[in-house]
Amino acid sequence: MDDEKKRAIRKSYLPIFSLCILALAVLMPCYVSPYTIISLNNIFMFIALTVSWAVFSGPSHYISLASAAFFGIGIYVSAILGDSIPFPVIVIIGGLLSFLIAILVGLSSLRLRGMYFTIFTFGLSELIRHSVQWWEVNITGTVGRIVVSVDARTVYYSMLIVVVLTLVMAYFFKRSKYGLAMRGIGESEEATDHIGVNVNAVKIISFATSTFFMGTAGAIMATRWTYIDPAIAFDPLYSFMPVLMAIFGGIGQITGQIFGATALTLLADLLLTKFPYYYNLLYGIILVTVIIFMPKGIMGLRLPSIKRWQEGEAG
Amino acid sequence: MPLLEAESVVKSFGGLIATDCVDFYIDQDEIVGLIGPNGAGKTTLFNLISGALKPTSGAIRYEGEDITGLKPYQICRKGIARTFQLVKLFGNMTVLENVMLASHFGMTMVPHDFDEVKNSMEFLEFVGLEGMQGVIAKELTIANQKRLEVARALATKPELLLLDEFMAGLSPTEVIEAISLIRSIRGKGITVFMIEHVMKAIMGVSDRIIALHYGKKIGEGTPEEIAKNPKVVEVYLGT
Repeated sequence: MDDEKKRAIRKSYLPIFSLCILALAVLMPCYVSPYTIISLNNIFMFIALTVSWAVFSGPSHYISLASAAFFGIGIYVSAILGDSIPFPVIVIIGGLLSFLIAILVGLSSLRLRGMYFTIFTFGLSELIRHSVQWWEVNITGTVGRIVVSVDARTVYYSMLIVVVLTLVMAYFFKRSKYGLAMRGIGESEEATDHIGVNVNAVKIISFATSTFFMGTAGAIMATRWTYIDPAIAFDPLYSFMPVLMAIFGGIGQITGQIFGATALTLLADLLLTKFPYYYNLLYGIILVTVIIFMPKGIMGLRLPSIKRWQEGEAG
Repeated sequence: MPLLEAESVVKSFGGLIATDCVDFYIDQDEIVGLIGPNGAGKTTLFNLISGALKPTSGAIRYEGEDITGLKPYQICRKGIARTFQLVKLFGNMTVLENVMLASHFGMTMVPHDFDEVKNSMEFLEFVGLEGMQGVIAKELTIANQKRLEVARALATKPELLLLDEFMAGLSPTEVIEAISLIRSIRGKGITVFMIEHVMKAIMGVSDRIIALHYGKKIGEGTPEEIAKNPKVVEVYLGT
């Protein structure tokens, strides 16, 4: 009973706390250096990627390594459309195109389970990258593209909006009957099917929804990079980082995912500036250490309710 | 018209014929037992009815409608629910969440003022799991896990319930409780089709029994008739 009370109190603080953070994030650009804004922007991007990745892969245990594909699709939409149409429209198109391609991918791949699904999604990313490269070299006659840049503040606020929408979507999805169905799929797909859940439809819709947010994030980030080519846009890093960040923070909780994305982005920044030569080495050592000694993620260390969820994961 | 009807259902896995031209019917409000030695094809038959497997040939009709080859979720929404020989619960979800998921998705027509928490609690109480709604499912005893699976199946509002070895692994007291649970399920107007190895239980509770052996139906009738059927006796006792 005491626990429930505590949880209820914590719950009532959540909206207030979120609004404070949001207000802070909105006011931030007026007070901090441009470098901090860019850094925050990176954090937002990884939060959007991690949380949207976890909407699908977290409860269902279908580990997708295709985030880079959908992020890259957003980037290319932005690069191709340039300033021909308003920026917000481009961002939405980036998301929608990812959504549609994800539905096609889902229809063809979600019968695959476990490792096979993971390998398939990784292969898919590479396939899209090489197809785009082939197209650019043979049809367009160039490898890279110049992206029309948008000022840092617009990029910042667009990304903030995407992050907020991603979090709102993830929050409500998790509490909806479809979120429950996704957890059922992760536990026993056969049983979920037998109690009336159209498992393929639920999987495909939630997969596609999660990629919508990856696509929008890509469309926004492209404008900051000014030059892109397939190797940049479809960098497998964007497939692996969300997985690592979610595991690092704690897959089961949105707060864990946010924390993981923030911590690892900051860590990468820090290592890159302080130890440019040992950056990858140190980063790798830290990740391996965390996963060995904290298999439940950072959030798994203190909150018992999360611990319970993750013990089940391990067992 | 029988509630469920199967017509020369064949299922073969490569060269192995798991069910060989099986015909049977289940009437409304019956409790029908399905018996047979290990490997007789009982669970295969359940998988064919519930849509987990597609028959190689033959037809299965439910309320006169051909349901052969439908997906499990479609068959569930038509009104057939099942449990599994090896319990397939959502182990890391709470008892209540297990049942709620079923009541969210199992029905085609959801009433306007439907309260799934209240509804789910009623099913938990019905199977004897009241007060356990907050427990993580995998922490239940086997007997309670089996009850939870029944509650979950009932939450989809079925007209026909398929029970696959509901009593396997239960203690004698638990078997008695299980029998009375099966009777009260029928009391709710739900037809029961059950696979069972506990002979005493199935003989006592069934209105009719179907016996399978090597995928073929070798006998059918009331428990008394089955007990006297020479083929069934031969299969069970040897010669």
